[in-house]
Amino acid sequence: MFLTFVTFLPLLGAIGIAFLPEKDESLIKLTALGVAITDFLLSLVFYFNFDLTTPNMQFELSAVWIENWGVNFHVGLDGISLLLYIMTTFLTAICIVSVWTVKKRIKEYMMALLVLSTGMLGVFVALDLFMFYVFWELQLVPMYLIIGIWGGARRLYASIKFFLYTAFGSLLMLVAIIWMYQLHAEQTGIYTTDLMTITNNIDIPFGPQKWLFVAFFLAFAIKVPMFPFHTWLPDAHVEAPTAGSVILAGVLLKMGTYGFLRFNLPLFPYACNEFMPYVGWLAVVGIVYGAFVSMVQEDLKKLVAYSSVSHMGFVMLGIFAFNHYGIQGALIQNINHGISTSALFLLVGVIYDRRHTRMIKEFGGITNVMPKYAIIFMIVALSSIGLPGMNGFVGEFLILLGIFQADAFMAGVATTGVIFAACYILWMFQRVMFLKSNSPENAKLKDLDFREYAMLLPLVVLIFWIGLYPKPFMKTFDASVTHLISKVDPSNFKPKTHTEHADSGHAGKTEHKTEHKTEHKKESHSNAH
Amino acid sequence: MLSLTWLVPTFPLIGSIINGFWGLKIGKDNVGKVACGSVILSFITTVLILFGLIGLPAENRIYEQVMFDWIVAGDFAVQWAYQVDPLSMVMMLVITGVGSLIHIFSIGYMKEEYSYYRYFAYLNLFMFAMLILVMGSNFLLMFIGWEGVGCCSYFLIGYYFDKQSACDAATKAFIVNRVGDFAFLLAVMFIFYIFGTIDYTEVFAAAPHKLIYDGEIAIIITGFLFLGATGKSAQIPLYTWLPDAMEGPTPVSALIHAATMVTAGVYLVVRCNILFMMAPMTMMAVAFVGGGTALLAATIGMTQWDIKRVLAYSTVSQIGYMFLGCGVGAFTAAIFHLITHAFFKACLFLGSGSVIHGMHHEQDIRKMGGLKKHFPKTYFTFLVSTLAIAGIFPLSGFFSKDEILLHSLIDGNIFLWGMGITGALLTAFYMFRLVFLTFHGESRVDPDVHPHESPDIMTRPLMILATLAAVGGMLGIPLIHGWHVLHNWLEPVLFIDWQTIVTNSTRMMEEHGHVAHLSHLLHHKEHPDAGLEVALMFLSVGVAITGIVGAYLCYIKYPKLPETLTDGQWGYEIVKNKYMVDEIYDETIVKPVVQGSRLLWKEADAKAIDGTVNGVAQIIGWCSKQAKQFQSGYVRNYALSMIIGFAILLLVVF
Repeated sequence: MFLTFVTFLPLLGAIGIAFLPEKDESLIKLTALGVAITDFLLSLVFYFNFDLTTPNMQFELSAVWIENWGVNFHVGLDGISLLLYIMTTFLTAICIVSVWTVKKRIKEYMMALLVLSTGMLGVFVALDLFMFYVFWELQLVPMYLIIGIWGGARRLYASIKFFLYTAFGSLLMLVAIIWMYQLHAEQTGIYTTDLMTITNNIDIPFGPQKWLFVAFFLAFAIKVPMFPFHTWLPDAHVEAPTAGSVILAGVLLKMGTYGFLRFNLPLFPYACNEFMPYVGWLAVVGIVYGAFVSMVQEDLKKLVAYSSVSHMGFVMLGIFAFNHYGIQGALIQNINHGISTSALFLLVGVIYDRRHTRMIKEFGGITNVMPKYAIIFMIVALSSIGLPGMNGFVGEFLILLGIFQADAFMAGVATTGVIFAACYILWMFQRVMFLKSNSPENAKLKDLDFREYAMLLPLVVLIFWIGLYPKPFMKTFDASVTHLISKVDPSNFKPKTHTEHADSGHAGKTEHKTEHKTEHKKESHSNAH
Repeated sequence: MLSLTWLVPTFPLIGSIINGFWGLKIGKDNVGKVACGSVILSFITTVLILFGLIGLPAENRIYEQVMFDWIVAGDFAVQWAYQVDPLSMVMMLVITGVGSLIHIFSIGYMKEEYSYYRYFAYLNLFMFAMLILVMGSNFLLMFIGWEGVGCCSYFLIGYYFDKQSACDAATKAFIVNRVGDFAFLLAVMFIFYIFGTIDYTEVFAAAPHKLIYDGEIAIIITGFLFLGATGKSAQIPLYTWLPDAMEGPTPVSALIHAATMVTAGVYLVVRCNILFMMAPMTMMAVAFVGGGTALLAATIGMTQWDIKRVLAYSTVSQIGYMFLGCGVGAFTAAIFHLITHAFFKACLFLGSGSVIHGMHHEQDIRKMGGLKKHFPKTYFTFLVSTLAIAGIFPLSGFFSKDEILLHSLIDGNIFLWGMGITGALLTAFYMFRLVFLTFHGESRVDPDVHPHESPDIMTRPLMILATLAAVGGMLGIPLIHGWHVLHNWLEPVLFIDWQTIVTNSTRMMEEHGHVAHLSHLLHHKEHPDAGLEVALMFLSVGVAITGIVGAYLCYIKYPKLPETLTDGQWGYEIVKNKYMVDEIYDETIVKPVVQGSRLLWKEADAKAIDGTVNGVAQIIGWCSKQAKQFQSGYVRNYALSMIIGFAILLLVVF
């Protein structure tokens, strides 16, 4: 019940704000901030009460919603969703601070952010396919509005592109959901959309697994976004207001990777293993391609957007390593990307508020006038490069270590990403922050004020915290990841009718895996005959 | 005393934090005190630990201090743990000792800088990272230090961040280093894949059992490690960043780009000596890369006019010697040269800093000359260090370089030795060219520049370093066995169990159906003939004197000679332009990457991918436009389509 309350609290807050007088802006802002901070603090309760030993859902609530269709209202958290959930409430609060000085329709802005927050939280807690789909679509609307109303010059093009792209993916997902719903009913006679029931009981033949995998893959890959489904992202980021970009990069993209972990891996393990090389290489291409394209951008936000493509490629790669290092790395990198990239967008927003441009060539020598801004920017930039001792390194290294066990060559190519990351970030930093100023307007910029510190410093603290002592974060993953790995381990996903090799131990080494795979292929052929 | 270990890196870190946050408030004097104080404290602690270590029996001289779990995922667990053993002890002493002197020198050198505090915050942070690098007990902690020092080097090279050249140099240093780091990372992953751990003690203990002598895995791992080392230690092919790094303040060049950071690669190779010893092919590559770099950089050093650049190429060249030593298995000699080089090169760089300071930031040796009388103390210390680097008996450089050359002949081959001895000749030549052009001869100083000797706070560190450069050779006196202090000290780290290697490798090779001929590895290496050793010593002193005389003839006796020799020579032009390596890298790597990226963005991203997406959208739009015409709202159109449809239906049904 408490989880439901925390999830819907922002929505209640938004409804409350609707009744506040439009004139009293500070009351609206303070209410919104109060709701967001309360929600963040309440969400921490889940962290402190989290049972680290079990992969099962915790803080669960299940109630019948639409009885005829077998739709339940089912929420819960496990190691995969816990930190994403907390990060969502955290970033919502930071975003509310970041829009403090916006003049245009501030009431609606705050409401949109709070509704968006509930939508995102819902995605991470929903354990019912129908419910998941509802939330998945629900959060599109406020995001669409945020880009479309408070965005830049080409905001309509960007918001529609964002909407259509994502809607296309989710449509395929809907089809897949209905297919699974039917399949489950055929196999067990029970019509239900409950994700946990389906995951535990359904036995999807290998043929349909592939199709279902592809449908879910497209939905999530667009969201992540993976190369080559990424072109909506730079447009959306460039046109979105700062808060929109922060939420987009910090949370919305994570829904894609979360989806892979929640749906693709446990439901379609066979297809996952089959498609692993393709997905893996797409991720690697994304890493390198994103870095290359990022390097030559002229607009700061576009640069950060393309760097997201590169970073999220790492996350995908980690997920498809199917081992402890890779998936834990991916999970922590999810959080890291949320922190570092959000901070980068906030920093770009800070300077955009002062100069009303994001063109790199307009800047230069900013360090002289904004030294404190420069220090924070440098820290965030280095964290984005993955400097050891900062958060990015922990995730990147584990991901690369994980994928190395699966495919050393793939890991080798992916590792070049660390070189290119240094290129695009440092070159950008040099042109913006160092050298001599290119424009007299830069000479009179003010350094950070209290509000800006308030939104940036928590992120800087997290950068070092995760970099130097990631244990409090990573320990939450352990049990769930172990469980997940056993699901995708080729020796464990044989059809239920065959003998089960539960807990045969995960070797994690390539040779074992391929052995299982070939063995398995033979079997699937004989099944077909 | 050993339990104080954690304090060693902690002091500079605290210093860095104090200066970084409150540097402007506490004033310049206090900033200097905090910065130097923290490093000196750390030096004192190191000395205490040294006594603790000496107190242990030789084979037990290893102490590990675990601070906390750093990264844990599944069975991959890395601890933040320090390891003190003879090798890291040597490095810690050099770093904190030479580091303290350079910090003190900096107080005088940076006096007039506005962002004094920023400089010292970076410098202290560098000390922290460098100490982590040598004190970490596993590869990943070393990597924190490894990238940490690179990052501080980036900050300090780009210290004058409004200068285009400084920014370019900083970014270049970081990126070139990252290429090396990329290889380092791959090596770490490979090590974990093979050994299931990245802890030094466990990996090195398991190496004789899990690796095959001269096997592919050993070669790949050490190959990647060595590529990582070439980045940090500025060797072929990744040396190009170091000369540019001279854009930083001169004490930085002394500390980071001469005495400590750039020798990290040598430390890495010596640390992993057992892995390298099991990969003779990599060792050969190390030796040839080292020898080649020593020679190549020495030739460039002869043609440069910037006092710091000459020293920079000299550094590249001297580190080449260290790798040459590593490559032939003379790890003690490599570390020996690392130590003496830290003394004399730090002294040379600081000396050049003193000159630059007294000349109001003039660095071109064509505009110097005859400075001897203006800089008596600096001149004296500079001369001592130059004699040391040239390898004149009995200064430190003589002993360490000679040991490397000796081993390159008896454990390597005549080519390696040839490269080394030629390099030694060139070293003596270009170093004395530098001395003669700077301090001797006619004054070519601009009339409005008034050279003056530096204050005591700068000259005293110079004298200490010059003394060390003079007597540092005592650490490794050859010929008299048992007197080689350094050799005895490092013995436990460099011990290799050949018996196990041969047994295991033979077994594993036979399992793979190969025949192993490894018994030659077991033969005990005899100590070289004393006669040969003495002969080589005389030869190398002779070579050094030849170089000095050559420089004397060219730059004092017949000052017109160099010009007549080099004028219009295309060979000279190429060397002077550093073999065009920067230009070649620019044309073949940098430009294609940037232009390729533009192409990717404009063509692939905007046109191909986005074009497809928008194209699909347009096709759908066009289709709906066509479909829209059916919804015209005219009853007659609907009636028509009804009739057509009905007709088709009839046709289909019947």
